[in-house]
Amino acid sequence: MIITKLKEIDEIYKMIEKYSKILIIGCDGCCQPPRSVNEAKVLGEMLELKSKMNGKNLTWKAITVLRQCDDRIVGPTIKPYLGEYDALVSLACGLGPSMLNRIFDDILTFPAQNSMFGGAESHGDNLYEQYCNTCGECLLGETGGICPVASCAKGLHNGPCGGQVDGYCEVGGYKYPCAWIQIYEKLKKFNRLDLFNKFRPPKDYQFMTSPSRLELIQVYTNVEDEEEGEK
Amino acid sequence: MANNRPAFSNLMKEIKAGKFVFTGELEPTKMVDISDIIHSAEAMKEYVVAANVTDGPQGMAYINSLIPSYLVQEKVGLEAVYQMTVRDRNRIALFGDILAAACVGIKNVLTLTGDHSALGDHPGAKAVFDLDSTQFVYQLRKMIDENTDIYGNEIETGKVEINIGCAANPNAKPREAEVLKVGRKVDVGVDFIQTQTAFDIEDAKDFIKELSQYNCPILLGLFPLKNYGIASYFDKYIPGVSVPKELLSALKSAKKNIKEKKERNAKIDDINLEFFVPFIREIKKTTAARGIHVMAVHYERLFEPLLKEFR
Repeated sequence: MIITKLKEIDEIYKMIEKYSKILIIGCDGCCQPPRSVNEAKVLGEMLELKSKMNGKNLTWKAITVLRQCDDRIVGPTIKPYLGEYDALVSLACGLGPSMLNRIFDDILTFPAQNSMFGGAESHGDNLYEQYCNTCGECLLGETGGICPVASCAKGLHNGPCGGQVDGYCEVGGYKYPCAWIQIYEKLKKFNRLDLFNKFRPPKDYQFMTSPSRLELIQVYTNVEDEEEGEK
Repeated sequence: MANNRPAFSNLMKEIKAGKFVFTGELEPTKMVDISDIIHSAEAMKEYVVAANVTDGPQGMAYINSLIPSYLVQEKVGLEAVYQMTVRDRNRIALFGDILAAACVGIKNVLTLTGDHSALGDHPGAKAVFDLDSTQFVYQLRKMIDENTDIYGNEIETGKVEINIGCAANPNAKPREAEVLKVGRKVDVGVDFIQTQTAFDIEDAKDFIKELSQYNCPILLGLFPLKNYGIASYFDKYIPGVSVPKELLSALKSAKKNIKEKKERNAKIDDINLEFFVPFIREIKKTTAARGIHVMAVHYERLFEPLLKEFR
């Protein structure tokens, strides 16, 4: 899921103050914490109040979309509303405003959120945590399932560094665990320090170079295989 | 030595010749005029074979350490250990700086990860860490042994003749993770190890013993305490390091009870000598360490009394 944080209301207001009718679009996809129609309504009320304080009238409507990052879903859902509004506000991660601006090029979409990271929800620790950095060369097989690219503050491949103290990281004031000590402990538990000791050569950051693209091919069917089988 | 690699630097030559060596430390900061560094280098020249020149410690934005390293060698005639962190430079910039260092006659590089920039005075900087310090050793070995960059492109003219050092932390826990990590670096190809500061002699001896399995020369780091302020700062704020209580209280009492500066300094020197001379004696006599890295930054007057019996 993509972990997001709502922008300050003043920042959102500044983006939309030139418009009088806005459509606020929540996202029911992986965006966390949830930013659905209720959150869109709350944002609408706050922006309306802010507008009134500035002597302006704001008309708004709140809706939500199954996923803002899929053009086949977001296109048909939003299209019927377009004529009534002069700006769109997206409550998705950064993919939402990017997609909406791309497919509806007669109207501007503004972001209401900052996208923080691709993360997982750990209810036990009451945390959203970054587990994966989508680096293109998965190392989890040799690090006991703990990703040093995402979980080590320095993204080291051959850690730990000298900044860990008693298993805690220098970044963040020794509050969070050192990923490399976690990796060491996990591999030791399974008698796999051979993996810890292994030298990992320089990473190929070409896989992380923006903009990333992966061609959409038909991988979601086994039709051809079945046909092959019949022959 | 663990290997048959050549000794390019005086530091490495003396280690190979079986001498017990001493290195010092210079810390250039936010400066253009580096005459302070030059004076410190002059003051320690007689007592150390080389001096480390730090590279933005604590994530601070300081003068690039290559130029002070070069000037210390040129103007003072003291060999530099050019410290390089991978925090601020990608593999292209590291490669370029190593060529530049080799071009001006730098013979030692200490490969470091570097304190995270979030800890320094430019916390919003984009930290690089394109290579980690072990991968940097790998890059250096390619340059030195194969005369190429990481991707096999040849260095057109001249040779990189540099001995590679790495750091190790005697205070790190769990100890095994630290020892294995250093072993990994030795396998990749470091020539010498300089440790972080040690205050606990038994701990230091154990650490050296564990590292000695890798058969790579170790220089144990010691940090003489110039005054009570530095000692208490070290004790409180340098993670994982605790200054022995008797040292702290002796320095505190010197600060409190001796008003006259010269007299107070003499007392502080005595306190340090009383602690560190037997420490060095013991390390030299009972361990496999091949020397001491003396981090007496701005405390050069201690070199003569501290090291005279070991020269």
